[in-house]
Amino acid sequence: MTTQTSAQPLVVTARPKKPTSQAWVGYLFILPAMIGFAVFYLYPALRGLQISFTDWNLLSDPKNVGLANYNEVIHDSKFWSALWITVKYVLWNIPLQTILALLLAVAMDRLVKSMFVKGLLIVPYLLSNVLVGLIFLWMTDPLLGIINQWLAATPIGKQAFFASATQAIPTIAMINTWKYLGFTALLFYAGLQGIPRTIYEAASIDGSSEAHSFWRITLPLLRPVTVFVLVTSLIGSFQIFDTVAVTTQGGPVDSTKVLVYYIYQNAFAFFKMGYATAMSMVLFVILVVFTLLQLRLLRANESDLD
Amino acid sequence: MTAVSAPPARKPFAYGRVLAWLGLSLIVLISVFPIYFVFKTALTSNQALFAEAARLWPTHPTLVNFERVLGLLSPAAAQAAGGSGSSISFARATLNSAVFTFIIVVGQTFFSAMAAYAFARLKFPGRDAIFTMFIIALMIPAIVLFIPNFITIKNLGWLNSMQGMVAPFFLMSPFAVFFLRQFFLSLPKETEEAAYLDGAGPLTIFWRVTLPMSQGPIITLAILTTIGMWNEFFWPFLIAKEDSSYTLPVALQVFRTQTPQGSPDWTGLMAGTFIAIIPVFVLMIVLGRRVVESLAFSGTK
Repeated sequence: MTTQTSAQPLVVTARPKKPTSQAWVGYLFILPAMIGFAVFYLYPALRGLQISFTDWNLLSDPKNVGLANYNEVIHDSKFWSALWITVKYVLWNIPLQTILALLLAVAMDRLVKSMFVKGLLIVPYLLSNVLVGLIFLWMTDPLLGIINQWLAATPIGKQAFFASATQAIPTIAMINTWKYLGFTALLFYAGLQGIPRTIYEAASIDGSSEAHSFWRITLPLLRPVTVFVLVTSLIGSFQIFDTVAVTTQGGPVDSTKVLVYYIYQNAFAFFKMGYATAMSMVLFVILVVFTLLQLRLLRANESDLD
Repeated sequence: MTAVSAPPARKPFAYGRVLAWLGLSLIVLISVFPIYFVFKTALTSNQALFAEAARLWPTHPTLVNFERVLGLLSPAAAQAAGGSGSSISFARATLNSAVFTFIIVVGQTFFSAMAAYAFARLKFPGRDAIFTMFIIALMIPAIVLFIPNFITIKNLGWLNSMQGMVAPFFLMSPFAVFFLRQFFLSLPKETEEAAYLDGAGPLTIFWRVTLPMSQGPIITLAILTTIGMWNEFFWPFLIAKEDSSYTLPVALQVFRTQTPQGSPDWTGLMAGTFIAIIPVFVLMIVLGRRVVESLAFSGTK
């Protein structure tokens, strides 16, 4: 029995058949990236997990200890302290940064759209955390720093800033806000451009005040941008390290020993590789849970515009 | 530019507007003043530092601090001007940072673009699964990767070397691949298909058609990567162990911990800081508009 070939359509599609050898071309194209991914992302992720089940100080051979590291993490008061300090830092940093950035974006949207102003606002973001830390270390110096020189002339008086166990974390939070404010405002500003003006006009015809329009129109329609800003800044904030390494190195009296700094110490100062990687895995899980919670709470998938 | 959104006609809104202007001006001032102050301090001689701490401009501006940290003075002269006898040369560190950044930006952008093109336009088994893995990699905290990566680099004997510093970033970044793949997906297929009709293979199309059409996002990506890598601290801090290998952020951090008699060498530190800021200024002056748009765009992905 002869098999029937399928009838060729009379209209020939403009697209010629792509050569079946395309598969190896695809692999060729992704090869460099695959190597980079495999060696520096996939392998370390798995290796980190494996190391977390060992006791290893880089000098002698690793010793398998099962879940002992994780058990130790749960009972380590310094770990919980570091976690709490990190949370404190995030609470100081994120609300302040986000709210100010939003207000700034609205102000920019209403008042001035000049590229020059945007350029000025972005400059802090372009500086390394090290630079930001050094600049403010200098400006808050108890003896010579200009901020304290000015404060000395006011009733507030000189402040210890980085040298005070109570002020250190808020200070680090403020300088981080300084760095990211313009950038975050830019993101909100871009989001604001996506809201059709007609909605505002309709609202004002109906008698809505500016504040009312802001709450009922602007904020809800900004939700996708807000979610993006909150999720990314929270993830970033939680992993703060550079600024602490430059300004306080975990002090004074461990008051700024944030989680990543504690992990770093365990790995590169105490050489407790297994313990450090175990903690970093815990951090990973915390961040994933956090992010999922946030996305759920903020209903990230919906857009009020539709 | 376009007019502000139409506010209702008669509204006693002057107060709010004035307040907004004040707030905006204050924030711009706060954003810029610290950088100006770095400059002022760098131009102040060590001797005058204490007396002029509150001034906004030094009475006798001097370039000696810059000369010190760039290694242009003899050790004796440097120490006389307040140096700590440190052997750190910021000239060397700047060079290291420039090489580090350049290698990574070129390599990462190119190889990530190749991969992004494959994910967007080519068909091969496992394509989507591999891409999903790349995306998951985006969510892994840096510290989780740094410790094992440090061990890898150590075992390769690449500690304290440029290749060791560049390695994790050189071949790809999940963000770069994701970013470009999304863009390539949005390109119209007609041009590529016309090229297929003419007998071009995927390689030619990538090189002659897709890349030229993607200049905007590629430059955006390059700018973002440049900023990120110029400012990268943690990884070079782990890898570089000698003065001659430090990148700029690391050099500054080490410099700060080397103090003459207890108090940091502020003028030298600020001179070094200012040197690190200069490329940022240059970038903004040359590509300012582009940078602003790139950063804003990175948020709308």
